[in-house]
Amino acid sequence: MSAVDLSRWEPVIGLEIHVQLLTRTKMFCGCALSFGDAPNSHTCPVCLAHPGVLPVLNREAVRLAIVTGLALGCEIAPHSQFHRKNYFYPDLSKAYQISQYDEPICVGGHVSVLTPDGEFEVGITRAHLEEDAAKLVHVGGGGRRAGAESSGVDFNRGGTPLLEIVSEPDIRTSAQAGAFLRQLRSTLRRLGVSDCNMDEGSMRADANVSVRPAGSTELGTKTELKNMNSFRFLERGVDAEIARQVAILEAGGAVTQETLHYDPDLNEIHSLRSKEEAHDYRYFPEPDLVPVVPDRSWIEELRAGLPELPVDLRRRWVRDLGISFEDAEVLSEPRELVAYFEDVAGRVDAKAAANWVRGELRAQLRELGQEPWESRVTPAHLAELIGLIDDRTLSVPLAKEVLAEVIASGAAPAAVVEEKGLGQISDEGALVEIVERLLAENPDQAAQLREGKDKLVGFFVGQAMKASGGRADPARVGALVREKSGLS
Amino acid sequence: MPPVIDDATVRHVARLARLHLEPGEARTMEAELSGILEHVDVIQSLDLDDVPPTTHVLALENVMRDDVPRPSLSVEEALREAPEVVEGRFAVVKFEP
Repeated sequence: MSAVDLSRWEPVIGLEIHVQLLTRTKMFCGCALSFGDAPNSHTCPVCLAHPGVLPVLNREAVRLAIVTGLALGCEIAPHSQFHRKNYFYPDLSKAYQISQYDEPICVGGHVSVLTPDGEFEVGITRAHLEEDAAKLVHVGGGGRRAGAESSGVDFNRGGTPLLEIVSEPDIRTSAQAGAFLRQLRSTLRRLGVSDCNMDEGSMRADANVSVRPAGSTELGTKTELKNMNSFRFLERGVDAEIARQVAILEAGGAVTQETLHYDPDLNEIHSLRSKEEAHDYRYFPEPDLVPVVPDRSWIEELRAGLPELPVDLRRRWVRDLGISFEDAEVLSEPRELVAYFEDVAGRVDAKAAANWVRGELRAQLRELGQEPWESRVTPAHLAELIGLIDDRTLSVPLAKEVLAEVIASGAAPAAVVEEKGLGQISDEGALVEIVERLLAENPDQAAQLREGKDKLVGFFVGQAMKASGGRADPARVGALVREKSGLS
Repeated sequence: MPPVIDDATVRHVARLARLHLEPGEARTMEAELSGILEHVDVIQSLDLDDVPPTTHVLALENVMRDDVPRPSLSVEEALREAPEVVEGRFAVVKFEP
């Protein structure tokens, strides 16, 4: 796809995000939620839509919707209602989906999205409850509907509680769309609303995209880009759609309002449904479910119980601890990591703490399949290790060795240094001896160094580190090499 | 008053509901559906400004259950009424949406 001249066009993007709620049971029946179990092992007459059955609303799903609404600055509707959305598809047992229409549970919120380049605001139009469809599996034909020899329906997923969150068209770039979605994911995870695994389908994003001439305030014709199942595909899909629309408009054409599918393999956009069938859902109030009128005291109780949200946590860390946005983003979930990092950062320089927790500690633990808070390295241990670097007892490479030992044994870093004799050589005389010996043993390099070939300082520092078993202080050795070669 | 529902609308609704209409049925439906909508027009001519929209006749709200799993059907029971089963799933005939 050719590059687009965006100086003349402004993209306008809104997202619709579906998340599966972390309840134990389905939205309207007591079947347990499952992922990956044997097909049709979690069904009952309600979710299979046998005649005469009645749905009963899951209170926990309502609670999670309210908690989300409060976190997104929404008003919780004093009165909300379910509707039937009618359409025929084999994954829909009743031939209608129970959803919400003109009386959703959450309305009119907004969030401030934090990025490395500052903050931007996104309005939240609404968030409403509905049920997920079943899983349609196509046999033959490469797993796609077209060309499949036969298809089968697994109703385990049918009736899973979903929350659909709809944003205002306040997003202007694919990067902003990604930032908004990532922050929303952190927020929902922090709230315990959803696990938001895009690759397992517990978070799905659709994007409404239009473009308009730069400076215009009218909205162009929008298209809906369906079901992008990763952040990368969302950003690439939105970019591809912006490019497609700009190309149409620059050629003097008109964008058709339609539903589209982004194919990440080909980086291409395809039309998904025929237009005349789209959006004729004949919504009407669900007669089998009575209105939801949440008690104000319940809502206030849930509001009071909200945790510090990732956006507030990150803003606070960047402002008060001086760590970078990227560090703050990585360290702000899950909550165990937040507690771990804050414990370390309370004891030593926060930037060093962020560096070590995010970097070496996680890298070494990943090999063992452990998380920091489950490991033998306590926050106090890590702070002690950072302290040993600060007072020059340990070089960074030595500290990494000590860390490995702490991970293995759970011993305190200072004790490991003592036991293994790993501390840096602080005896100046010993360092001088090493440097003089190396200069003598490498006369060619020493001569070039004296002629001003400064790069060779690094060579001698490396040799000195090797000769000392990593225990020399590289900065001190470098200074000595220069001094003894008459460079400083 | 012209018919509220014309032939094209009847056929569109029938298509959405996946209903097959026998010859002549569309015309009957046209008259019956128009009659229903005309009756709604009568109701709409009343002054109902003070009457809130009613979706339920029951004076009930907030009927909810606790999030506690209950036993599901066995796979065999679940699939018993399926005309055809493919790999533990309800088989779907080849279709064009």
